[in-house]
Amino acid sequence: MKLRAASAIGFILLSLVTVIFVSCQSDAEVEFQRYYSNGGAIYQARCQNCHGAHGEGLQALIPPLNDTTYIKTNKPALACYIKNGMKGKIVILSRHFEGEMPASDLAPVELASVLSYISNSFGNKLGIVKSEQVEENLKGCK
Amino acid sequence: MKNFIGAIAIILLWNACKFNGDHKTLPILGKKQAVTKTVDGKTTTDTVYQTIPAFKYINQYGDSITDKRLDGNIYVADFFFTTCPSICPVMHRNMLNVYNAFKDTTGFKIISYSIDPQHDSVPVLKKYADKLGIAGNTWWLLQGTKNETYQLAKNYLVSVQEKNPAGEYIHDGYFILIDKQKRIRGTYEGTDPKEVNRLIDDIKTLKAEPGETKVQ
Repeated sequence: MKLRAASAIGFILLSLVTVIFVSCQSDAEVEFQRYYSNGGAIYQARCQNCHGAHGEGLQALIPPLNDTTYIKTNKPALACYIKNGMKGKIVILSRHFEGEMPASDLAPVELASVLSYISNSFGNKLGIVKSEQVEENLKGCK
Repeated sequence: MKNFIGAIAIILLWNACKFNGDHKTLPILGKKQAVTKTVDGKTTTDTVYQTIPAFKYINQYGDSITDKRLDGNIYVADFFFTTCPSICPVMHRNMLNVYNAFKDTTGFKIISYSIDPQHDSVPVLKKYADKLGIAGNTWWLLQGTKNETYQLAKNYLVSVQEKNPAGEYIHDGYFILIDKQKRIRGTYEGTDPKEVNRLIDDIKTLKAEPGETKVQ
């Protein structure tokens, strides 16, 4: 009986700690969640048809987004690719792709959101991409 | 308790029997006409269903493909173009599941009509097929004339239109299931994986249909 009471108290304490932990999410985390979930909605509407729900791409026609090395190495250029489109040959996971990705009319904050989503989904874990950073990156578009 | 288990067993058995005896048949879609004939003094009324009319196209291998090449086949048709940035990639991602399920089945084909024949020439279609990872003669990508394709689409109950002012083609993403008598037996939203699973089930049902003999 004692044991049961102890475990009940333990459970209540644990719940309390969880509630406190969750409600005390740092501002940074809240900001990340905001970017990430907005980005998910943009991805679904604008990217998913071609790149797939799991970033898997389509055979040799459309490149996948789950090559963590590619996303990491090209991170500063990704905003340019999405905004201005992309043309020509690329190699992802030693597979060759050539074709054309159309340009988009996404605003910097939307680019930041969708990049926060992509670079933290499909195996990528690169943290938040903020609007200011995107604006900075866009200045370097080739 | 024994009675209870017995009752459950009877219910389960009855349901199992009912399920096994219940053959699903696919509907016949499109326009219907009642045709009355008099043969040997007897008057009979038959229902005549809409069928896919004759057509002539070229596939990704440069072979001429007419409706005759589909005689005795069950097939799935869709309308696409290789440079389509919107719904085509997701349609063909889903169509690949249909292809992989039936690519070794004789008497089954997939036909993708290009609605942009000016761009989608034989070499362009072949390159697309290679990149999509399809080979052999199960899935044909067809180039024809724009007019013929737009007229033919209506017979498949599909709507395709000319480029809009923004330079985009507006077209339906339907997959259409056609039986051996060239009648329409199902339409499926090709962008929805659940609908495409339903198509795969329906192809199995149609293949098993006892009346599936060629009528001329």
